[in-house]
Amino acid sequence: MSGEEFVPLSLTPLLIGVFAAVACALPGNFLVLRKQALIGDAISHVVLPGIVVAFLVTGMVSTWPMMIGAAVAAVLAVGLIEAIRRLGRIEPGAAMGVAFTSMFAAGVLLLEQSDTSGVHLDVEHALYGNLESLIWLDAIGWRSLADPVALAGLPDELIRMGLTLIVVAAFVWLFWRPLKLSTFDEGFARTMGMRTGVLGLALVIVAAIAAVAAFDAVGSIIVIAMFICPPAAARLMTNRLEVQIAWSIAFAVLSAVLGYFIAGYGPQMLGAQNAVSASGMIATVSGVILALAAFFGPCRKRTGAPAV
Amino acid sequence: MLWDALFLQLGYNATLVTIGACFLGVAAGVTGTFLFLRKRSLVSDAISHATLPGVALAFIVMVSLGGEGRNLIGLLTGSAISAGFGLLCVSWLTRQTRLAEDAAIGAVLSVFFGFGVVLLTVIQSMSSGRQAGLEGFLLGSTAGMLWSDAIVIAVGGALTLAVVLGLRRPMGLVAFDPEFAAANGMNVARIDLAIMGLAMAVTVVGLKIVGLILIVAMLIIPPVAARFWTDRTDRVTLLAGFAGGVSGYVGAALSASAPAMPTGPIIVLVGFAIFAISLFFAPNRGVLSAVLRHLRFQRRVHMRQGLLALAQGQPIYEKLTLRLLRRAGLARADGVPTETGRARAAKALRDEKRWEVVRADQAFEGAAALYDGLREIETVLTEDQIGEIDRRIGGLKGVIA
Repeated sequence: MSGEEFVPLSLTPLLIGVFAAVACALPGNFLVLRKQALIGDAISHVVLPGIVVAFLVTGMVSTWPMMIGAAVAAVLAVGLIEAIRRLGRIEPGAAMGVAFTSMFAAGVLLLEQSDTSGVHLDVEHALYGNLESLIWLDAIGWRSLADPVALAGLPDELIRMGLTLIVVAAFVWLFWRPLKLSTFDEGFARTMGMRTGVLGLALVIVAAIAAVAAFDAVGSIIVIAMFICPPAAARLMTNRLEVQIAWSIAFAVLSAVLGYFIAGYGPQMLGAQNAVSASGMIATVSGVILALAAFFGPCRKRTGAPAV
Repeated sequence: MLWDALFLQLGYNATLVTIGACFLGVAAGVTGTFLFLRKRSLVSDAISHATLPGVALAFIVMVSLGGEGRNLIGLLTGSAISAGFGLLCVSWLTRQTRLAEDAAIGAVLSVFFGFGVVLLTVIQSMSSGRQAGLEGFLLGSTAGMLWSDAIVIAVGGALTLAVVLGLRRPMGLVAFDPEFAAANGMNVARIDLAIMGLAMAVTVVGLKIVGLILIVAMLIIPPVAARFWTDRTDRVTLLAGFAGGVSGYVGAALSASAPAMPTGPIIVLVGFAIFAISLFFAPNRGVLSAVLRHLRFQRRVHMRQGLLALAQGQPIYEKLTLRLLRRAGLARADGVPTETGRARAAKALRDEKRWEVVRADQAFEGAAALYDGLREIETVLTEDQIGEIDRRIGGLKGVIA
């Protein structure tokens, strides 16, 4: 596989996949530790009504309105879940289930009603994305990385995903101590004067930003895989948070790279013609990594009796 | 048009879908209740997403064996196998590793669905055009529903309900209080698997009508809605079945009565409407009832504090208190008490004094524990006891005019 083939066709999708995976895995660590992993599930499902409403309001299939629509939908969903939880005194899982399935149903209904089911906005795309299509045709080889004209033709998703990764990493870096403290001992964090409620909400919003940025590339359902599987696998490898974050980044990168290559070149090696879905394969690889960690990870055993 | 739809006058397909959806709603509502009570509602999300690889694999197997590839029973069998495997993975991850339940659910959900998506793309390249029916399993596809499909759904739903009926006692106990069930010797893990297995059966049966993404709604929303109306598990189950059936029936009828109304989402939204009505208007647990209770409580507190202030000659600044006292004829607009007001205020002050004595005296310990600032002392002590306390603090005096 030469530079002429790799750089235009594989480099950018690979990088986008890696950025998306890491951007999701970072907040995912804290979500998994706080037992809020399924908020990623909820956010991924409500992305659809968000982009449908944005499409209806602006009348065009353009990225910024859709991202804003998705972000608003995510915040709305979190608000709705909290409202249902408090007003109805319903347990969090069921509240999430009620909120996001109803919003998703509303999104599908709007989609059908506004007759956009033929246009670019189809449900399948929002669900499993189109990573392979984010190519960089302006490049002609490795030397294009130094060529400003070619660099101007980089796909927007790469810039977006890179920026999102920087924002997410900055959040985790800046709020490292409060996040760590409030995740493990919320009461103590509150006595130290930390605003744990605000911090929890900020964490969910950062996760939502990562999810919204990533859904365009890898689709919304796969985002959940990235929120949960690398951090969960990392959790089974160590007892220390810093090491867990490092493992989760490593697993996320590994899933993205392996998944992309297996999806692109695996079928060829098995004698088949076409590639398979890259984002699906990334999710599958992350699942395999989790399975391996669950069988062989050093810290996989539960101490004490399991909750019945 | 809607009337016709509700009375099943809109033709063969519409009637089939409506009755099938009603059955599905009842089965889903009843089964989902056990999941909800067990605080594992989102396992249904994992189960439903885990059906995708099974459906795709079944399709591939059937096509490679020379068949059409869209035989419903074959596809549903495939979905059941992969969903069952997904269930076992969730159960294993939760019990054998230190991952929490929600992480296990999310992991199984996304990985199985991702693998299913990979298989879907394999199918796409395999025999283009033949996989068009499979994507209908994502959101449901009721157009062109066959009699055999309806039979599958009806039989599946009925079987599920029968099993639920048979296993309702152990499942109910494990869902409600698993530790007690374990202490009683029940095999909690196996009964958990039974609960999740039944949810899986409902999911598989519902794949055709509402698709895998929205079947989750039918398993979660009716039990949550039913929970507002009662505190007894058997009634929650029945009400959930009823709510599910109604949302299935009305939703399917609505969707048949107008164009561009996909069945699955409409059923879910009708279910959400039922939930919203329950949230706000249910007696006891509903929001409206809570607000009314709070207002009633507020009025009692203000009234009591107002009377005590009147009795001690303190000025009242709080507008609500003044308004309540005026409306009850106990005070005038400027805060000066009326005759009845002074009598009531004196009684309130005496009651406070009586309570003070009760709470200071060891002999009245039981009664003292019932003091909350609003409780009438006559409901706690007998006349003789009150008389004895009055002897201690000085007898009743008339209020000076």
